[in-house]
Amino acid sequence: MPSKTLSVAAIKNGTVIDHIPQGTALRILALLNLTSYPKIATVGLNLPSQSMKRKDLIKLEDREITQEEASQIAVFAPKATMAIIRNYAVIKKIPLRIPDTVEHVFLCHNQNCVTNKDRMSSKFRIIQTGSSIHLECVYCERMYSQDQMKNYIHDV
Amino acid sequence: MKQNILRGRDIISMADFSKEDILYILRVADQVKKSNPNRLLSGCLMGSCFFEPSTRTRLSFEAAMKRLGGDVIGFADSSTTSAKKGETLYDSIKIIGQYVDIIVMRHPVDGSARRAAEATDTPIINAGDGSNQHPTQTLLDLYTIKESQKSIDGIHIALVGDLKYGRTAHSLAQALSHFNVRLYFIAPPSLQIPPHIANHVKAKQVKFSFHEKLDDVLPKLDILYMTRIQEERFSDSMEYNRVKDVFRLTLDQLGAVRPSMRILHPLPRVREIDPSIDATPHAYYFQQAQNGLLVRQAVLSLVLGKIE
Ligand SMILES: [Zn+2]
Repeated sequence: MPSKTLSVAAIKNGTVIDHIPQGTALRILALLNLTSYPKIATVGLNLPSQSMKRKDLIKLEDREITQEEASQIAVFAPKATMAIIRNYAVIKKIPLRIPDTVEHVFLCHNQNCVTNKDRMSSKFRIIQTGSSIHLECVYCERMYSQDQMKNYIHDV
Repeated sequence: MKQNILRGRDIISMADFSKEDILYILRVADQVKKSNPNRLLSGCLMGSCFFEPSTRTRLSFEAAMKRLGGDVIGFADSSTTSAKKGETLYDSIKIIGQYVDIIVMRHPVDGSARRAAEATDTPIINAGDGSNQHPTQTLLDLYTIKESQKSIDGIHIALVGDLKYGRTAHSLAQALSHFNVRLYFIAPPSLQIPPHIANHVKAKQVKFSFHEKLDDVLPKLDILYMTRIQEERFSDSMEYNRVKDVFRLTLDQLGAVRPSMRILHPLPRVREIDPSIDATPHAYYFQQAQNGLLVRQAVLSLVLGKIE
Protein backbone atom coordinates (compact mmCIF):
# COMPACT_ATOMS: atom_id res chain seq x y z
CA MET A 1 0.00 0.00 0.00
CA PRO A 2 1.43 3.42 -0.87
CA SER A 3 2.35 5.54 2.08
CA LYS A 4 0.09 8.46 1.16
CA THR A 5 -3.10 6.52 1.79
CA LEU A 6 -1.58 4.72 4.73
CA SER A 7 -0.83 7.85 6.67
CA VAL A 8 -2.97 8.36 9.69
CA ALA A 9 -5.94 10.66 9.67
CA ALA A 10 -5.45 14.40 9.97
CA ILE A 11 -6.25 15.94 13.31
CA LYS A 12 -8.27 19.04 13.99
CA ASN A 13 -6.40 20.36 17.01
CA GLY A 14 -3.28 19.04 18.69
CA THR A 15 0.30 18.10 17.90
CA VAL A 16 2.00 16.09 15.19
CA ILE A 17 5.41 14.69 16.03
CA ASP A 18 7.00 13.38 12.86
CA HIS A 19 10.36 11.90 11.83
CA ILE A 20 10.77 9.99 15.05
CA PRO A 21 13.47 7.31 14.76
CA GLN A 22 11.97 3.88 14.16
CA GLY A 23 11.20 2.16 17.45
CA THR A 24 11.18 5.32 19.56
CA ALA A 25 7.52 6.43 19.46
CA LEU A 26 6.41 4.27 22.35
CA ARG A 27 9.24 5.59 24.49
CA ILE A 28 8.17 9.13 23.73
CA LEU A 29 4.61 8.30 24.75
CA ALA A 30 5.95 6.91 28.00
CA LEU A 31 8.20 9.92 28.46
CA LEU A 32 5.24 12.29 28.08
CA ASN A 33 3.12 10.05 30.27
CA LEU A 34 0.62 9.61 27.41
CA THR A 35 0.13 5.88 27.61
CA SER A 36 -3.18 6.50 29.31
CA TYR A 37 -4.07 9.63 27.32
CA PRO A 38 -7.87 10.03 27.42
CA LYS A 39 -8.17 11.62 23.95
CA ILE A 40 -7.25 10.22 20.57
CA ALA A 41 -3.56 9.52 20.11
CA THR A 42 -2.58 8.03 16.79
CA VAL A 43 0.74 6.25 16.65
CA GLY A 44 2.38 5.16 13.43
CA LEU A 45 5.20 2.67 13.64
CA ASN A 46 7.69 1.75 10.91
CA LEU A 47 6.16 4.13 8.37
CA PRO A 48 8.03 4.53 5.10
CA SER A 49 10.02 7.77 4.96
CA GLN A 50 12.09 9.33 2.22
CA SER A 51 14.69 10.81 4.53
CA MET A 52 14.97 8.03 7.07
CA LYS A 53 13.70 4.83 5.36
CA ARG A 54 11.46 3.98 8.30
CA LYS A 55 10.10 6.32 10.91
CA ASP A 56 7.58 6.59 13.71
CA LEU A 57 4.92 9.25 14.01
CA ILE A 58 2.64 10.47 16.78
CA LYS A 59 -0.52 12.56 16.49
CA LEU A 60 -2.10 13.85 19.65
CA GLU A 61 -5.63 15.14 19.54
CA ASP A 62 -6.26 18.20 21.75
CA ARG A 63 -2.81 18.27 23.25
CA GLU A 64 -0.23 20.96 22.49
CA ILE A 65 3.32 19.96 23.30
CA THR A 66 5.24 22.56 25.29
CA GLN A 67 8.73 23.80 24.47
CA GLU A 68 10.02 21.96 27.52
CA GLU A 69 8.46 18.69 26.45
CA ALA A 70 9.87 19.24 22.98
CA SER A 71 13.37 19.47 24.46
CA GLN A 72 12.84 16.21 26.30
CA ILE A 73 11.70 14.54 23.09
CA ALA A 74 14.79 15.90 21.35
CA VAL A 75 16.99 13.81 23.63
CA PHE A 76 15.56 10.68 21.98
CA ALA A 77 14.59 12.03 18.60
CA PRO A 78 16.98 14.85 17.68
CA LYS A 79 15.69 15.03 14.10
CA ALA A 80 11.97 14.91 14.90
CA THR A 81 9.69 17.66 13.66
CA MET A 82 6.85 18.95 15.77
CA ALA A 83 3.89 20.95 14.62
CA ILE A 84 1.01 22.42 16.57
CA ILE A 85 -2.28 22.06 14.71
CA ARG A 86 -5.33 24.25 15.15
CA ASN A 87 -8.38 23.82 12.98
CA TYR A 88 -6.53 21.42 10.65
CA ALA A 89 -3.74 23.93 9.95
CA VAL A 90 -0.19 24.04 11.20
CA ILE A 91 -0.04 27.19 13.27
CA LYS A 92 3.38 26.67 14.78
CA LYS A 93 6.43 24.51 14.29
CA ILE A 94 8.33 23.87 17.47
CA PRO A 95 12.05 24.12 16.82
CA LEU A 96 13.92 21.20 18.29
CA ARG A 97 16.89 21.99 20.42
CA ILE A 98 18.70 19.42 22.50
CA PRO A 99 18.78 20.91 26.00
CA ASP A 100 21.94 21.25 28.10
CA THR A 101 20.27 19.54 31.04
CA VAL A 102 17.06 17.66 31.75
CA GLU A 103 15.58 17.88 35.18
CA HIS A 104 13.03 15.67 36.85
CA VAL A 105 12.40 13.48 33.80
CA PHE A 106 14.57 10.39 34.09
CA LEU A 107 15.52 8.25 37.06
CA CYS A 108 19.20 7.62 37.69
CA HIS A 109 19.95 3.88 37.43
CA ASN A 110 22.46 4.06 40.23
CA GLN A 111 20.59 2.84 43.30
CA ASN A 112 23.18 4.50 45.52
CA CYS A 113 22.70 7.88 43.83
CA VAL A 114 21.52 10.68 46.11
CA THR A 115 18.64 11.37 43.69
CA ASN A 116 17.25 7.94 44.63
CA LYS A 117 17.88 8.40 48.34
CA ASP A 118 16.82 11.94 49.20
CA ARG A 119 13.55 13.63 48.30
CA MET A 120 14.76 15.56 45.28
CA SER A 121 14.70 15.93 41.49
CA SER A 122 17.06 14.12 39.18
CA LYS A 123 19.22 16.17 36.84
CA PHE A 124 21.24 15.04 33.85
CA ARG A 125 23.72 16.87 31.67
CA ILE A 126 23.27 16.10 27.99
CA ILE A 127 26.55 15.29 26.31
CA GLN A 128 26.55 15.23 22.55
CA THR A 129 29.49 13.74 20.71
CA GLY A 130 28.90 13.57 16.98
CA SER A 131 25.58 11.85 16.50
CA SER A 132 25.54 10.06 19.85
CA ILE A 133 23.89 11.48 22.93
CA HIS A 134 24.80 10.58 26.49
CA LEU A 135 23.27 11.66 29.76
CA GLU A 136 25.45 12.25 32.77
CA CYS A 137 23.92 12.39 36.23
CA VAL A 138 24.88 15.77 37.68
CA TYR A 139 25.12 14.21 41.15
CA CYS A 140 26.70 10.75 40.97
CA GLU A 141 28.38 11.46 37.58
CA ARG A 142 27.33 8.13 36.06
CA MET A 143 27.10 8.23 32.30
CA TYR A 144 24.25 6.67 30.33
CA SER A 145 23.50 6.27 26.66
CA GLN A 146 20.08 7.52 25.58
CA ASP A 147 18.97 3.90 25.08
CA GLN A 148 19.59 3.20 28.75
CA MET A 149 17.18 5.89 29.94
CA LYS A 150 14.02 3.91 30.35
CA ASN A 151 12.68 4.99 33.70
CA TYR A 152 10.71 8.17 33.79
CA ILE A 153 9.48 10.20 36.71
CA HIS A 154 5.77 10.88 36.64
CA ASP A 155 4.30 12.82 39.50
CA VAL A 156 0.95 11.54 40.57
CA MET B 1 50.09 37.32 41.66
CA LYS B 2 47.03 35.56 40.36
CA GLN B 3 43.74 36.20 42.07
CA ASN B 4 42.45 33.38 44.24
CA ILE B 5 39.94 31.64 41.98
CA LEU B 6 38.98 29.13 44.65
CA ARG B 7 37.73 31.52 47.31
CA GLY B 8 34.28 30.44 48.42
CA ARG B 9 34.14 27.64 45.86
CA ASP B 10 32.93 24.11 46.56
CA ILE B 11 35.44 21.31 46.03
CA ILE B 12 33.15 18.53 44.82
CA SER B 13 34.59 16.79 41.79
CA MET B 14 37.81 16.81 39.77
CA ALA B 15 35.58 17.33 36.75
CA ASP B 16 35.07 20.91 37.96
CA PHE B 17 38.77 21.76 37.74
CA SER B 18 40.79 22.98 34.79
CA LYS B 19 44.48 22.29 34.40
CA GLU B 20 45.16 25.85 35.59
CA ASP B 21 43.06 25.31 38.74
CA ILE B 22 44.98 22.12 39.50
CA LEU B 23 48.40 23.69 39.00
CA TYR B 24 47.35 26.67 41.09
CA ILE B 25 46.40 24.42 44.03
CA LEU B 26 49.67 22.49 43.72
CA ARG B 27 51.65 25.75 43.75
CA VAL B 28 49.83 26.93 46.87
CA ALA B 29 50.57 23.57 48.53
CA ASP B 30 54.25 24.22 47.84
CA GLN B 31 53.90 27.67 49.32
CA VAL B 32 52.29 26.22 52.48
CA LYS B 33 55.11 23.68 52.73
CA LYS B 34 57.78 26.40 52.57
CA SER B 35 56.18 29.01 54.80
CA ASN B 36 54.33 26.81 57.33
CA PRO B 37 51.83 29.58 58.15
CA ASN B 38 50.59 28.24 61.49
CA ARG B 39 48.18 31.10 62.31
CA LEU B 40 46.72 31.49 58.83
CA LEU B 41 43.27 30.11 59.62
CA SER B 42 42.91 31.33 63.18
CA GLY B 43 39.33 32.36 63.85
CA CYS B 44 38.01 29.98 61.15
CA LEU B 45 35.77 27.06 62.05
CA MET B 46 35.56 23.84 60.03
CA GLY B 47 32.62 21.45 60.25
CA SER B 48 33.96 17.91 59.99
CA CYS B 49 30.89 15.95 58.89
CA PHE B 50 31.66 12.26 58.52
CA PHE B 51 28.39 10.49 57.79
CA GLU B 52 30.48 7.35 57.40
CA PRO B 53 33.68 6.70 59.31
CA SER B 54 37.03 7.28 57.63
CA THR B 55 39.58 7.85 60.33
CA ARG B 56 42.49 8.48 58.00
CA THR B 57 40.79 11.15 55.92
CA ARG B 58 39.12 12.79 58.89
CA LEU B 59 42.35 13.08 60.88
CA SER B 60 44.14 14.45 57.84
CA PHE B 61 41.56 17.24 57.37
CA GLU B 62 41.29 18.02 61.07
CA ALA B 63 45.08 18.12 61.46
CA ALA B 64 45.33 20.37 58.39
CA MET B 65 42.85 22.82 59.88
CA LYS B 66 44.39 22.83 63.36
CA ARG B 67 47.97 23.09 62.08
CA LEU B 68 46.93 26.35 60.44
CA GLY B 69 45.44 27.66 63.67
CA GLY B 70 41.81 26.90 62.76
CA ASP B 71 39.17 25.17 64.83
CA VAL B 72 37.08 22.05 64.20
CA ILE B 73 33.66 20.80 65.26
CA GLY B 74 31.89 17.75 63.89
CA PHE B 75 31.09 14.09 64.08
CA ALA B 76 32.95 10.94 63.10
CA ASP B 77 30.01 8.79 62.03
CA SER B 78 26.32 9.27 61.44
CA SER B 79 25.04 7.13 64.31
CA THR B 80 24.98 10.22 66.52
CA THR B 81 23.33 12.61 64.04
CA SER B 82 19.74 13.36 63.15
CA ALA B 83 20.30 11.67 59.77
CA LYS B 84 19.44 8.56 61.75
CA LYS B 85 16.08 10.10 62.59
CA GLY B 86 15.25 10.47 58.91
CA GLU B 87 16.36 14.05 58.34
CA THR B 88 17.38 14.66 54.74
CA LEU B 89 20.98 15.41 53.96
CA TYR B 90 19.78 18.74 52.55
CA ASP B 91 18.31 19.84 55.88
CA SER B 92 21.27 18.59 57.92
CA ILE B 93 23.77 20.50 55.80
CA LYS B 94 21.64 23.64 55.70
CA ILE B 95 21.73 23.78 59.50
CA ILE B 96 25.41 22.86 59.90
CA GLY B 97 26.29 25.48 57.27
CA GLN B 98 24.97 28.17 59.59
CA TYR B 99 27.49 27.24 62.28
CA VAL B 100 30.76 26.99 60.40
CA ASP B 101 32.91 28.68 57.74
CA ILE B 102 33.62 25.53 55.74
CA ILE B 103 32.24 21.98 55.68
CA VAL B 104 34.31 18.88 55.04
CA MET B 105 31.95 16.05 54.27
CA ARG B 106 32.23 12.30 53.86
CA HIS B 107 29.07 10.39 52.95
CA PRO B 108 28.33 6.86 51.69
CA VAL B 109 25.88 8.02 48.99
CA ASP B 110 27.07 8.87 45.46
CA GLY B 111 26.41 12.50 44.55
CA SER B 112 25.75 13.53 48.15
CA ALA B 113 28.44 16.21 48.06
CA ARG B 114 26.87 17.97 45.05
CA ARG B 115 23.52 17.77 46.79
CA ALA B 116 24.97 19.20 50.01
CA ALA B 117 26.43 22.13 48.08
CA GLU B 118 22.90 23.04 46.94
CA ALA B 119 21.74 23.26 50.54
CA THR B 120 24.14 25.90 51.80
CA ASP B 121 26.27 28.86 50.75
CA THR B 122 29.01 27.62 53.06
CA PRO B 123 31.68 25.97 50.90
CA ILE B 124 31.64 22.16 50.85
CA ILE B 125 34.78 20.09 50.50
CA ASN B 126 33.99 16.58 49.37
CA ALA B 127 36.02 14.08 51.40
CA GLY B 128 34.46 11.14 49.54
CA ASP B 129 30.89 10.65 48.30
CA GLY B 130 30.26 6.92 48.01
CA SER B 131 32.10 5.49 45.03
CA ASN B 132 32.03 8.79 43.17
CA GLN B 133 34.66 11.42 43.98
CA HIS B 134 37.35 12.23 46.51
CA PRO B 135 39.03 15.26 44.97
CA THR B 136 41.64 15.99 47.64
CA GLN B 137 42.96 12.44 47.21
CA THR B 138 43.45 13.13 43.51
CA LEU B 139 45.05 16.51 44.21
CA LEU B 140 47.50 14.95 46.65
CA ASP B 141 48.29 12.25 44.09
CA LEU B 142 49.02 14.91 41.49
CA TYR B 143 51.09 16.89 43.98
CA THR B 144 53.11 13.77 44.78
CA ILE B 145 53.66 12.95 41.12
CA LYS B 146 54.85 16.49 40.46
CA GLU B 147 57.04 16.54 43.55
CA SER B 148 58.73 13.24 42.76
CA GLN B 149 59.16 13.76 39.00
CA LYS B 150 59.46 17.59 38.93
CA SER B 151 56.71 17.76 36.29
CA ILE B 152 53.51 15.97 35.41
CA ASP B 153 53.90 16.54 31.68
CA GLY B 154 55.97 13.91 29.96
CA ILE B 155 55.63 11.10 32.48
CA HIS B 156 54.69 7.47 31.92
CA ILE B 157 52.29 6.26 34.60
CA ALA B 158 50.62 2.92 35.24
CA LEU B 159 47.43 2.56 37.24
CA VAL B 160 47.24 -0.93 38.70
CA GLY B 161 44.58 -2.96 40.50
CA ASP B 162 40.82 -2.57 40.65
CA LEU B 163 40.34 0.04 37.94
CA LYS B 164 36.67 -0.76 37.42
CA TYR B 165 35.33 0.18 40.82
CA GLY B 166 38.22 2.18 42.22
CA ARG B 167 37.20 5.82 42.32
CA THR B 168 40.81 6.84 43.01
CA ALA B 169 41.90 5.44 39.67
CA HIS B 170 38.99 7.00 37.75
CA SER B 171 39.52 10.39 39.19
CA LEU B 172 43.29 10.29 38.72
CA ALA B 173 42.99 9.13 35.10
CA GLN B 174 40.60 11.98 34.35
CA ALA B 175 42.80 14.56 36.04
CA LEU B 176 45.95 13.26 34.33
CA SER B 177 44.27 13.59 30.95
CA HIS B 178 44.73 17.37 31.28
CA PHE B 179 48.45 16.71 30.96
CA ASN B 180 50.77 15.32 28.34
CA VAL B 181 51.20 11.85 29.86
CA ARG B 182 51.30 8.21 28.75
CA LEU B 183 48.88 5.97 30.68
CA TYR B 184 48.99 2.20 31.22
CA PHE B 185 45.90 0.58 32.70
CA ILE B 186 46.92 -2.70 34.34
CA ALA B 187 44.09 -4.85 35.71
CA PRO B 188 42.44 -8.25 35.40
CA PRO B 189 40.01 -8.10 32.43
CA SER B 190 37.00 -8.14 34.75
CA LEU B 191 38.29 -5.08 36.62
CA GLN B 192 39.54 -2.93 33.74
CA ILE B 193 38.87 0.80 33.58
CA PRO B 194 35.26 1.57 32.51
CA PRO B 195 34.67 2.72 28.91
CA HIS B 196 33.47 6.18 29.92
CA ILE B 197 36.79 6.89 31.64
CA ALA B 198 38.78 5.51 28.72
CA ASN B 199 36.68 7.62 26.34
CA HIS B 200 37.34 10.71 28.42
CA VAL B 201 41.08 10.09 28.27
CA LYS B 202 40.88 9.41 24.55
CA ALA B 203 38.97 12.62 23.92
CA LYS B 204 41.87 14.51 25.48
CA GLN B 205 44.24 12.78 23.06
CA VAL B 206 46.22 11.09 25.82
CA LYS B 207 47.88 7.83 24.77
CA PHE B 208 46.95 4.78 26.79
CA SER B 209 46.96 0.98 26.67
CA PHE B 210 45.48 -1.94 28.59
CA HIS B 211 47.55 -4.68 30.19
CA GLU B 212 47.01 -7.77 32.30
CA LYS B 213 50.53 -7.99 33.71
CA LEU B 214 52.82 -5.54 35.41
CA ASP B 215 56.15 -6.81 34.19
CA ASP B 216 55.65 -5.85 30.53
CA VAL B 217 55.50 -2.16 31.31
CA LEU B 218 57.55 -1.77 34.51
CA PRO B 219 60.79 -0.64 32.78
CA LYS B 220 58.96 2.18 31.00
CA LEU B 221 57.41 3.77 34.05
CA ASP B 222 58.06 6.96 35.98
CA ILE B 223 55.12 6.36 38.32
CA LEU B 224 53.59 3.05 39.37
CA TYR B 225 50.25 3.74 41.03
CA MET B 226 49.06 0.66 42.91
CA THR B 227 45.53 0.24 44.28
CA ARG B 228 43.78 -2.44 46.31
CA ILE B 229 41.92 -5.34 44.79
CA GLN B 230 39.04 -6.17 47.08
CA GLU B 231 37.89 -9.74 47.43
CA GLU B 232 34.20 -8.76 47.54
CA ARG B 233 34.42 -7.56 43.91
CA PHE B 234 34.81 -11.15 42.75
CA SER B 235 31.91 -13.52 42.38
CA ASP B 236 34.19 -16.52 42.74
CA SER B 237 37.07 -16.79 45.17
CA MET B 238 39.21 -18.87 42.77
CA GLU B 239 39.40 -15.92 40.43
CA TYR B 240 40.32 -13.63 43.32
CA ASN B 241 43.06 -15.95 44.48
CA ARG B 242 44.46 -16.06 40.97
CA VAL B 243 44.64 -12.30 40.43
CA LYS B 244 45.64 -11.21 43.91
CA ASP B 245 49.17 -12.51 43.34
CA VAL B 246 49.42 -11.22 39.79
CA PHE B 247 48.87 -7.72 41.13
CA ARG B 248 51.29 -8.02 43.97
CA LEU B 249 54.57 -6.12 43.71
CA THR B 250 57.68 -7.79 45.06
CA LEU B 251 61.28 -6.66 45.38
CA ASP B 252 62.63 -8.92 42.64
CA GLN B 253 60.39 -7.20 40.06
CA LEU B 254 62.19 -3.91 40.54
CA GLY B 255 65.46 -4.99 38.90
CA ALA B 256 64.87 -3.31 35.55
CA VAL B 257 62.96 -0.18 36.58
CA ARG B 258 64.14 3.38 36.06
CA PRO B 259 66.15 4.71 39.02
CA SER B 260 63.71 7.62 39.32
CA MET B 261 60.60 5.42 39.22
CA ARG B 262 58.34 5.99 42.24
CA ILE B 263 55.59 3.77 43.62
CA LEU B 264 52.40 5.37 44.94
CA HIS B 265 49.43 3.84 46.74
CA PRO B 266 46.44 5.60 48.31
CA LEU B 267 46.81 3.36 51.39
CA PRO B 268 45.86 1.37 53.31
CA ARG B 269 47.61 -1.40 51.40
CA VAL B 270 46.71 -4.98 52.07
CA ARG B 271 49.17 -7.13 50.20
CA GLU B 272 49.69 -5.25 46.94
CA ILE B 273 53.16 -4.03 47.88
CA ASP B 274 55.58 -6.29 49.67
CA PRO B 275 56.93 -4.53 52.81
CA SER B 276 60.50 -5.28 51.68
CA ILE B 277 60.00 -2.55 49.04
CA ASP B 278 59.50 0.10 51.72
CA ALA B 279 63.26 0.50 52.22
CA THR B 280 64.00 1.12 48.51
CA PRO B 281 64.14 4.62 47.02
CA HIS B 282 61.18 3.64 44.83
CA ALA B 283 58.74 3.56 47.75
CA TYR B 284 56.96 6.90 47.92
CA TYR B 285 53.58 6.04 49.42
CA PHE B 286 54.35 7.32 52.90
CA GLN B 287 55.46 10.70 51.53
CA GLN B 288 52.28 10.64 49.48
CA ALA B 289 50.17 10.24 52.63
CA GLN B 290 52.10 13.07 54.26
CA ASN B 291 51.43 15.30 51.26
CA GLY B 292 47.74 14.82 51.94
CA LEU B 293 48.10 17.16 54.89
CA LEU B 294 49.79 19.86 52.79
CA VAL B 295 47.29 19.67 49.95
CA ARG B 296 44.37 19.82 52.38
CA GLN B 297 45.95 22.82 54.08
CA ALA B 298 46.22 24.51 50.69
CA VAL B 299 42.63 23.71 49.76
CA LEU B 300 41.25 24.92 53.11
CA SER B 301 43.27 28.16 52.92
CA LEU B 302 42.25 28.83 49.34
CA VAL B 303 38.54 28.16 49.81
CA LEU B 304 38.50 30.26 52.99
CA GLY B 305 40.19 33.03 51.01
CA LYS B 306 43.18 33.34 53.36
CA ILE B 307 45.91 32.80 50.80
CA GLU B 308 46.57 33.99 47.25
ZN1 LIG C 1 22.90 9.59 39.73
